[in-house]
Amino acid sequence: MKRILTLIGIATFIMACSKESNPAPAPTGEKATLSIQFDNIIGSKNLQLNTGNYTNAAGEQFSISKLQYYISNIRVKTTAGVEFVVPQDSSYFLVNEAEPASQFLKVRVPEGDYATLTFVLGVDSLRSTMDISKRTGALDPSSGMDAGMYWGWNSGYIFFKMEGLSAAAPVDPSGQNKFRYHIGGFGGYSAPTLNNIKTIVIDLTAGGIARVRKGREANIHIMTDVMKLFNGGTMVSIAAHPTVMFSDYSVLIANNYTSMFTHDHTEN
Amino acid sequence: MKHRPILVGALLVVVIYGCSKADDVMSFMGFRKPANFGAPVYKLENNDITQAGFELGRKLFYEPRLSRNNTISCGDCHIQTSAFTHHGHDVSHGIDDRLGSRNSPPIMNMAWSQTFMWDGGVFDLDLQPIVPITNPVEMDETMANVLEKLRAHPQYPALFKKAFGTSEITGPRMMKAMSQFMVMLVSANSRYDSVVRQQGPAFTPDEQAGYVIFKSKCSNCHQEPLFTDNSFRNNGIGVGYNDDQGRYTTTLNPADKYCFKVPSLRNLAYTAPYMHDGRLLTLDAVLDHYTHEMQDMPTLDPLLKQNSTLGIAVTTTERGLLLSFLNTLNDKHFITDKRFSEQAQ
Repeated sequence: MKRILTLIGIATFIMACSKESNPAPAPTGEKATLSIQFDNIIGSKNLQLNTGNYTNAAGEQFSISKLQYYISNIRVKTTAGVEFVVPQDSSYFLVNEAEPASQFLKVRVPEGDYATLTFVLGVDSLRSTMDISKRTGALDPSSGMDAGMYWGWNSGYIFFKMEGLSAAAPVDPSGQNKFRYHIGGFGGYSAPTLNNIKTIVIDLTAGGIARVRKGREANIHIMTDVMKLFNGGTMVSIAAHPTVMFSDYSVLIANNYTSMFTHDHTEN
Repeated sequence: MKHRPILVGALLVVVIYGCSKADDVMSFMGFRKPANFGAPVYKLENNDITQAGFELGRKLFYEPRLSRNNTISCGDCHIQTSAFTHHGHDVSHGIDDRLGSRNSPPIMNMAWSQTFMWDGGVFDLDLQPIVPITNPVEMDETMANVLEKLRAHPQYPALFKKAFGTSEITGPRMMKAMSQFMVMLVSANSRYDSVVRQQGPAFTPDEQAGYVIFKSKCSNCHQEPLFTDNSFRNNGIGVGYNDDQGRYTTTLNPADKYCFKVPSLRNLAYTAPYMHDGRLLTLDAVLDHYTHEMQDMPTLDPLLKQNSTLGIAVTTTERGLLLSFLNTLNDKHFITDKRFSEQAQ
C-alpha cells in the first residue's frame, strides 16, 4: 500500500514538474476567428425576457427581466491535446440576454481542430484586483459598468446577474414582486472571502469539434440553461430566497448554475 | 548679423521657459513622505503625481457634477476645516437630503491606508470614488453620466489633456486624478509630529505624561505614526440603531461581526462626532465609553476585556493628561492648507 502511495506521489510530482517546465507546445500557425455562442434557454424553452413564463422545481412561476454574466479566460485544446490560451487582455466578455451581439464571443486562435473548450464563469481574482487602468471595456468599473456588474462598496465584479418577477417574491420597496440574484465573490483581497469563480470545461467531441481555419468562422454553440440555477443540487425557492447577493447562500446558487452549460453543436 | 534678433528672441524664450519650469518645481513639490512615516501603501508607480493631475483631482473633488442633479460634491461631506469629515453630522445627508448610515471619515494620509470605508470593502484608493458617486443616498449618479458631463464641460477636456497628454476623458483617468489629490492630503504637521521629528518645542510635562499613558493603554490599536493599525475591531460600543455589522458584511466571517476599522486619532479636535455612526459627540463621551460604558459581545476585541474586566482603566488624573496628549495630534496646517481648498473658478 505504501509503495502505491509513493508511486502516486511521484507521479503527481512528475506531472506537476512537467507542467511547470515542459509546457506542451502551443498550436502554431496562422490565427483565425473562433466564435463561441451562448444561447440562453430555460429548461426546454428558448428564453424570452419579460414575456416568457416559467415554473421552477419549487413550483413557483416567474419571468426573467435581466440576465447577464461574465465569460473570461478562454482556452481551447486540440484533438491532439495541445492547448491554446487566448491572451488574457482579449478574453473578457459580458453576455447579455438583451443584446444579441453580446452572445457571440469572438476570439483569435491558431488554425486547428479543437475538442475541448474551457472558460471561467466570472472574473479571475488577479484581474479583479488589477490596477484600474488595466480593466478596460466590459471590465471598467469607472466608465463601462452601466450594466451594473460591479459592487463598489465591496470592490468586485458581479459574475452572474439574473432578475425577474414572481408572485412568490415579496413586494419590494418599488412595489414589484421582484427576485434578484447577483452572484460574485473572487476570494477577497485584504481578507479571504467567498469565491464563486467557476471554471467550466466542455468536451466538444460528441457535439462536434471546432475546425478553425482561415477564411471561415467556426461557431461553438453552447446552450445556457438558467433553470439550473433553481433546479440543481440545491432546490432554490424564490419565496425563501428572493434576493441573493453577497452572502453564503450565493455559493449554493453558483454551485447550481455551474452545470447550466451544454454543448449543442458546432457550425464549421 | 541680420539673424541676431531672432537668436536673441530664441534665447529669451529658452530663458523664460526655463524660469517658468523652475517656478513650477518650486510651487509643486509632489508627494513627500514625512520623515516619521513608513513607506506608503498606495502604488505611486501606477500613478505619477503631477501638478496638473493633482489640480484636476482637486477640481473633481469639489465638482458637484459628480452627483445626479449636480448638487453634491465630495467636498460637501468631506470638509477641509473638519479634516475632510462632515462636522456636526452623525451620518451625512447626500442627494435630496437622503441620509447615509455611517459617519463620514476623514480623508487624510490615504497613501498609507490598505483598505477604505469603515468596513474595508474597498481595497484600492483608485476604486473608492465610485462608491459615493453611485450610492443612491450619496450622489446617486452613474459613472457614464459623470463622464458625459465632464466631456461636455468647457474646462475639463483641456485639464485632462494637461494631466494625461490628450483630452480624452475616461473613468480610469478620472479615478487616477482624484487619487492624486487624495494621496497629497498628508497630515503630518501636528505638534506631535514636530516633537517626534525634533523640529519644535518638546511636549509639556502634562503632554509627555499623557503620551506615556497613551502608549500603555491606547497604542495597541492606535499605532503611531498614523494612530491606527488599519485593523478591524469591535470596540464594544454595542449594536447601533441600524444593526450595522461592519466588516462582516464584506467578509462574511462571523469573527468580523460588528468590527469596524480603527480610526486614526489625528485631528480629533476637528472630526467630531465619533465612531462609525457618529453616536458619540465629544471626546469625553469617547473616554467614558472606553473606561466604563463598554458592552460585552462575542466579538469584542480581547484587548478590551483583559482579566475578565471590561474597558480600559483610566483615573481622572490620567484622563486629563491623556486629553492633553491627544490635543497635540491636531494639525492646523492641514486644515488650512490652501492647496487642498476649493479654488476659484
